Amino acid sequence: MTELRGIYTLWLREVKRFIRDRARVVISFVQPLLWLVVFAAGFGARIVIPGIEYQHFLFPGIIGQTLLFTAMFMGISVIWDKEFGFMKEILVAPISRFSIFIGKMLGDSTAALLQGLIVFAFGFLIGIPFNIVTLLSVLPIMLLITFGLVSIGLIIASFIGSLENFGAIQTFINLPLFFLSGALFPTTGADIPGWLQFASKLDPLSYGVDALRTVILGSSWTPTNPLYINLAIIGIFDVVMILIGTWAFSRMKH
Amino acid sequence: MTHVIKTDQLTKTYNTFKAVDNLNISVDKGEIFGLLGPNGAGKTTTVSMLCTILKPSSGTATVDGYNVVKESGKVRKSIGIVFQDPSIDDRLTGRENLLMHANLYGVPASIQRERILQVLKLVELEDRADDLLRTYSGGMRRRLEIGRGLIHQPKVLFLDEPTVGLDPQTRDHIWRYIKELKEVNDITVVLTTHYMDEADRLSDRIAIMDHGKIVVLDSPQDLKGTLEGDVIAIKSNDNKILEELLTKWLGFANQHHAKEILEVTVPNGKAAMPRIVELANQNNIYIESIVLCEPNLEDVFLHYTGGNIRDDTAKELHGLSAIHRRAIR
Repeated sequence: MTELRGIYTLWLREVKRFIRDRARVVISFVQPLLWLVVFAAGFGARIVIPGIEYQHFLFPGIIGQTLLFTAMFMGISVIWDKEFGFMKEILVAPISRFSIFIGKMLGDSTAALLQGLIVFAFGFLIGIPFNIVTLLSVLPIMLLITFGLVSIGLIIASFIGSLENFGAIQTFINLPLFFLSGALFPTTGADIPGWLQFASKLDPLSYGVDALRTVILGSSWTPTNPLYINLAIIGIFDVVMILIGTWAFSRMKH
Repeated sequence: MTHVIKTDQLTKTYNTFKAVDNLNISVDKGEIFGLLGPNGAGKTTTVSMLCTILKPSSGTATVDGYNVVKESGKVRKSIGIVFQDPSIDDRLTGRENLLMHANLYGVPASIQRERILQVLKLVELEDRADDLLRTYSGGMRRRLEIGRGLIHQPKVLFLDEPTVGLDPQTRDHIWRYIKELKEVNDITVVLTTHYMDEADRLSDRIAIMDHGKIVVLDSPQDLKGTLEGDVIAIKSNDNKILEELLTKWLGFANQHHAKEILEVTVPNGKAAMPRIVELANQNNIYIESIVLCEPNLEDVFLHYTGGNIRDDTAKELHGLSAIHRRAIR
């Protein structure tokens, strides 16, 4: 009971902090729009995805990208907390490190989910057909994707002492995961180099982007894997990352 | 069991450096226990071990009857901590910070509101409770942190350098709360400080710590009493004759000259002064000035550590924080 309340209170804190940071929420509108409008217009004119408009193909990919970048960015909260001393207050509290990790992870995932939903709403602008069923099935998938990604950010942040280092490492991880995920271009098919196809299979975000496309694009998209396989792989990835995260937090001094 | 805290050969070693060296102390229920020492003396390391933040290298300690290593969860529930460095979330309001603490420490939801109000009242922050912490002054933040440490009604409150960097009025304010806490809530307080006046004003007993060891432990009065006595500095038109008179009629043997000043060491300076003046008058010696110097903790400190707050403090502190940083990674 105490543990649950601890998790809840840590979750609430992350969400409050995120919502109060208005500048970030506003800025977060701009980047996905650039991808969906400017990049899609230029790149889409030269690339052909059979059976689907490029902008529509890109849309679930940009949702995935937003989840990835926000999730990784949220790891910074750990470094802030270490820098400004608040981590001590949390670490000496009589709750387990597992609960501390879960509370933070859920809070940061909620923040990433909110960002993802904002991008999802842009679908109206570019003529993606939606209904309530799409929304309800996209929500849990987005959440499932963010758990693992947020965990990566938190784990890295728990090892890193300074904001500068975190920024550098974050870029180092974000871009490969983004490029290999198939968000911008298909990563399967006879004409794709073997190494790229292989590397893409190692990228957890690939399964997330594929799952999002399956749900959002419906019959116009031919999935790489069946939806349940994608979700199972993401689920396993989440569990592994949560375990590593708990370990990383339990070795963290203040 | 009247000892709320007991340590047994408590030791913390970083590589070859002994930050805390076989410490044996016991703190009684309801007292304010002061740990006084220069920066780098091992005060914070000691407190960190008692708060279960650091694991001892060897030796043990119990807080509220629980072992700090084996029963750290129970220890954490019994204690409140005000860290040396700030540890509040400045993007949340005062009330939100307190509420969060109440939830983390398992204060039942039904009494949280009331508890928070009580604490806000104690630290006089009721009217600012719903403002973001970033709009608070340094002193207000400190007060909120002290309040926060009390939300779960701990048995022992650890205050690590509670008034560093605060202005005199705020310090005075915070000292008042601490005194009040002890009297009203019957809480045991462990206070670390390198301010002599702070230790003197607040503590029932003071342990002077240096190089990881307790140098001396006693009440502030007795510590000051261990020095030989008060010094009276006199300037007169004939110190030599005055000295002879004082030895002959008042039996003041412990005297010496420093330039034009005659220094007399006596057990009770306040009582001796009028008699010295009277004796001088009777013998037509004119006293130009007479000053009484009662010993303070600073003198006691000097006496026991063989130096003032050390010159090499900065250097040592630097090395110590580097060690801490390495230990964190």
